[in-house]
Parts: sequence; structure tokens; C-alpha cells
Amino acid sequence: MLDATAVRLAAAVRSREISALEIAEAMLVRVEERNEALGAYLTVAGDAAREQARRVDERVAAGEALPLAGVPLAVKDNMCLTGTRTTCASKILANWVAPYTATAVARCLDAGAVPIGKANLDEFAMGSSCENSALLVTRNPWDLSRVPGGSSGGSVSAVSGGIATIGLGSDTGGSIREPAAFCGVVGFKPTYGRVSRYGLIAFASSLDQIGPIAKTVEDASVVYDAIAGKDPFDATSVDRPVEATAGYLREDLSGVRIGIVREFGLGELDPDVRLAYETAYRDLERLGAELVEVSLPTADYGVATYYLIAPAECSSNLARFDGVRYGLRVDGADVGAMYEATRSAGFGPEVKRRILIGTHALSSGYYDAYYVRAQKARTLIAGDFARAFARCDAIACPAAASAAFRFNAKSDPYSMYLMDYYTIPMSLAGLPSLSVPCGYVTPDGSAGPLPLGLELTTPLFTERTLLGLAHAYERGTLHAQRHAPPEIPAAASIGGAA
Amino acid sequence: MPKPSIDVRYVAKLARIALTDDEVATYGEQLSNLLDHVAALQRLPTEQVAPTALVIPARNVERDDFLRPSLDRDVVLSAAPQVVGAYFRVPRIIAEAE
Repeated sequence: MLDATAVRLAAAVRSREISALEIAEAMLVRVEERNEALGAYLTVAGDAAREQARRVDERVAAGEALPLAGVPLAVKDNMCLTGTRTTCASKILANWVAPYTATAVARCLDAGAVPIGKANLDEFAMGSSCENSALLVTRNPWDLSRVPGGSSGGSVSAVSGGIATIGLGSDTGGSIREPAAFCGVVGFKPTYGRVSRYGLIAFASSLDQIGPIAKTVEDASVVYDAIAGKDPFDATSVDRPVEATAGYLREDLSGVRIGIVREFGLGELDPDVRLAYETAYRDLERLGAELVEVSLPTADYGVATYYLIAPAECSSNLARFDGVRYGLRVDGADVGAMYEATRSAGFGPEVKRRILIGTHALSSGYYDAYYVRAQKARTLIAGDFARAFARCDAIACPAAASAAFRFNAKSDPYSMYLMDYYTIPMSLAGLPSLSVPCGYVTPDGSAGPLPLGLELTTPLFTERTLLGLAHAYERGTLHAQRHAPPEIPAAASIGGAA
Repeated sequence: MPKPSIDVRYVAKLARIALTDDEVATYGEQLSNLLDHVAALQRLPTEQVAPTALVIPARNVERDDFLRPSLDRDVVLSAAPQVVGAYFRVPRIIAEAE
């Protein structure tokens, strides 16, 4: 039962076949067994889980039809949950206890989900492997010597490794989609503004978006329906009706035009990865879709654009960590020395790099040349997508250029940044985009198969279309049912990590 | 776009981050490398293009002016590194005359 989908679990709880508390207790036992090896959770929220499970059982008994009744949830640790540590995997917040709950988390709880714990991430969600966490190493359940991807690596490792049924992640340039691809689960970034960011600790405010991580598209759809919609506490949350998605999932792709991006040729990928994506495109066709070539001429500038805009916004957002109101303080002779000592000790190398480049891009004399130019490039990239969507209903491409890599494989920062090559353009354009398992490769030296993800993207606010198409692809290929990660060892006797 | 260069020490001062000499050297090299890559943006024809700050249609949002409960003061202060009574305590802000 613990490995059932969210839809199946919630139905079992609603029909009183099993109680939310029984699921929570069993899941907490499994967390105890597996989290040492996986490192998915920074904090296990046993008390909060039991308390919420009891409340869910009462509400079910009172006749409430909760869509996520009793479903174990992993919350990325950059989202607040009242009374639990919320660290952003940073030394600067290592002991901060959230005094309020993020709207997306609250909506999951209101729908009946049970928070099992707070999941690891790259520090402040800056990274693509989870290796930038200052607090914990998270491993890929498919191969413990490999990274889970990032930045939502903990939430994804938890769902893939069977110690959560659903997860909440945040995606700024690919932080839900790339790790979901690496760990063989579904990761979905809704349209920018669809899900409230209230209670999500800000990284890059014009890009950050919360979204679901799940075993199936249907589960992701149920979570999305629970969390989407206007929130008075986030002025950028969009005030327009939310189309429910869960009742509208498709079984085939007939009549659908899917764009294949000319500039994203598969020629540079490893042959086995390339073959998997070629097969995925053919599967889309087999399921009834018409493939059309589309062009995103400026998408190749996405990484450069992103690494000006996101650090600029990060440098501004992270100015609030100054040792005064919350978090770490390292004393200094005067307030300026205290700021510097606190921030120098509290932030890790990647966060410092991004604050520095962002401060540079916004500084006098460079602002127009870097930040404004990047914002103009963003306009061009969004325009490319608008033109492409005149010719197709959705765009398909790889979610990442490879399967999960080994620890310490990307020591040069820029080589890590390129991991988000296929996800960044969609983020810059604010589009709904997801990764769904699309095949497996077994690289030299790997013990077993490693999953790959197909990225599907649709126009702004067309989540119903996107999830519908992804569901048809998932049902028509059943990739996630062909392989499962190996059994997770109960104790950590694992090499390969820093 | 200027030729890629970054005065890491100066930028770190603006960002209130103290760096060791080793960090200045390492970050200087890494960030110059990044600026080399982002210099590719010069190739885009952006003269006639408006900058995008937010990709979705947005307008200023106002709310009704009414009282609602906020976080409890003691809860907020309990997260602070140092407090005095109902205040955050910080080190000296104005230096003594020498």
C-alpha cells in the first residue's frame, strides 16, 4: 500500500480501508529505514505528520471528500510549515523555525495530505544536483553513487525512493523538471503565477514557481488542482479562474500537433540518450500526434539570459539575510562588520557566486549592459515560443541532456549551469512545463538502468492541455512501470559522495 | 556590452560579503568565465526590444484597508539572534569619534 499512487491511497482513506494515521506511521517507519541512505529529508516531521493524519481521519469520518486524504507529502525545505525548521539547506537558516505555513503547503494539507518531512535542496534552490546543500548529501534512489538532480533533489528522491507519495518542489530554471527526470518521476512547473509563492523563501521572484512532484501525471494533476489559484498574500498570483485538470486527462494524442524544436537537435547527445528521445518522439506519433518542426532561434541564449536575471534577483532577495531579525549572526565590531561576518559564514560558495554576479549585473555602469539586455533577451525568447505555439499545441524536448551524473562530476560552475539548457527557456517565458519518464539508459559503470525525462511544454495557462497530453503519453508508454529503483539499503554503506 | 571583467573585491563589498584572497581569485576566475559566456547576448538584436520584467499580464494590486491579525510579536522575536525587550538588538551603528 505504501507504494500506491496518491489517487489510490486517498481513495483507500476515504473509503476507510486504511486510516491516514496508519499510513503515516508506516511511512515514518520506512523513512527511518531509508532516509539514512537517501538523505532526502533534512527534517522528519513525525509529530506534525501524526497530528495532521489524525485531523484527516476526523475529517474523513465527518464525510469530507478530501482529494489527498492521508497522502504522504515531502515539502522542499524552502517552504514554510509552522513549527518546523525551514533551512533552505543553508547554514544561515539552519535553525530557523517557520512561524507560518506557505499557501501551497497549507492547500495540500487542507486537501488531506500528510507532511512527512522537509526535503533537502541545493542551498536556496541554487543548483542542479543537490550537491550545493550545506547540510546534507541526497542520493539518487536509482544509483546511490549518483546525484538526484536539483534543486528539488530531496523531494524527488523521497518520491522516487518510496518515502513520500507526492512532493512539493520549486522551479526557477528547471529545479523541478531536471531532478524529476533524473529520478524517474513526474515533475510539473505550472505557469508562473498560477501557484502562490507566499511562504516560499524567494530566490528569483520573476521566475520562482511551486509545483508538484509525483509518481504519475494523474497524481501531479490532483496536487496541482489543490494548490493552484489566486492568493491574497501573493500579489503576483494570477487572479483568473483555474481550470481543473484531474477530470480531463487524455488517453490518446489524436489531433494534437507537437512541436519538435529545430535548434534542440539530438545530435550532440550520447547515442543511447539520443535513441531514447527519438523513440519518445516516435511514441508521440504512434499515439496519434502530428509532429511539426518549430524554431526557437533565441532559446540558445536562455542560459546566458537566465544567469543574469536570476542572480540579479537573488542578490536583491538575499539581502534580507543580515543577521538582524532571523537566522545566523556572527558578531562584529559594528553593524557593517556583523553583516559581512554573518553573510560570509552563512552562505555557501554557489550562493556567494550568484550574489556577486547579480550585484555586478545591477551595479552602476553595468545595469543596462547586463540586466536590461537580459530582460530584452527574455522578451525575444518569450516571442519565439508565442510564434512556435501558432504552429503546435505543445513542444516536446529532452528535460536534460543526460541521465543522472555521479557526485563531483560537474566541478566547473558553468558546466552545472548547462544542465538546465532545456528547462531555462520555458522558465524565462513563464510557461507550464513538465518532465515525464520517457526511457532508460545504462551508462558504462552503472549498476542498472537510469531514467530519462521527456519535457512537454504548452502555452501560458494551459495546464489542462499539458497534463492531458502528458497523461496520454504516460499511459501509452508505461515507462515508469517497466523499471523500479533498486531496493534502498537500510544502513548507509555507500561510497561516491563528497 | 563591456568587455567581461569583474572587480570581485568591490562587488563583494557592495554585497556585504567578506572574501579571503583565495576566494577573490577563485570567484574572479569563475565569474569572468561566466561573463564571457553571457557576452553572447551582444549578438542578439535588442535595440528595438522592450525589456520583460514579468512574463504574465500584471497590474498593480490594491486591497481593502482593514485590520487583520499578524504574527505574534513574541513568536517573531524568538527567531532573532539578539533581542532587548520588544526590539532587535544590533551592534553599534554609529562609530565613536576617534
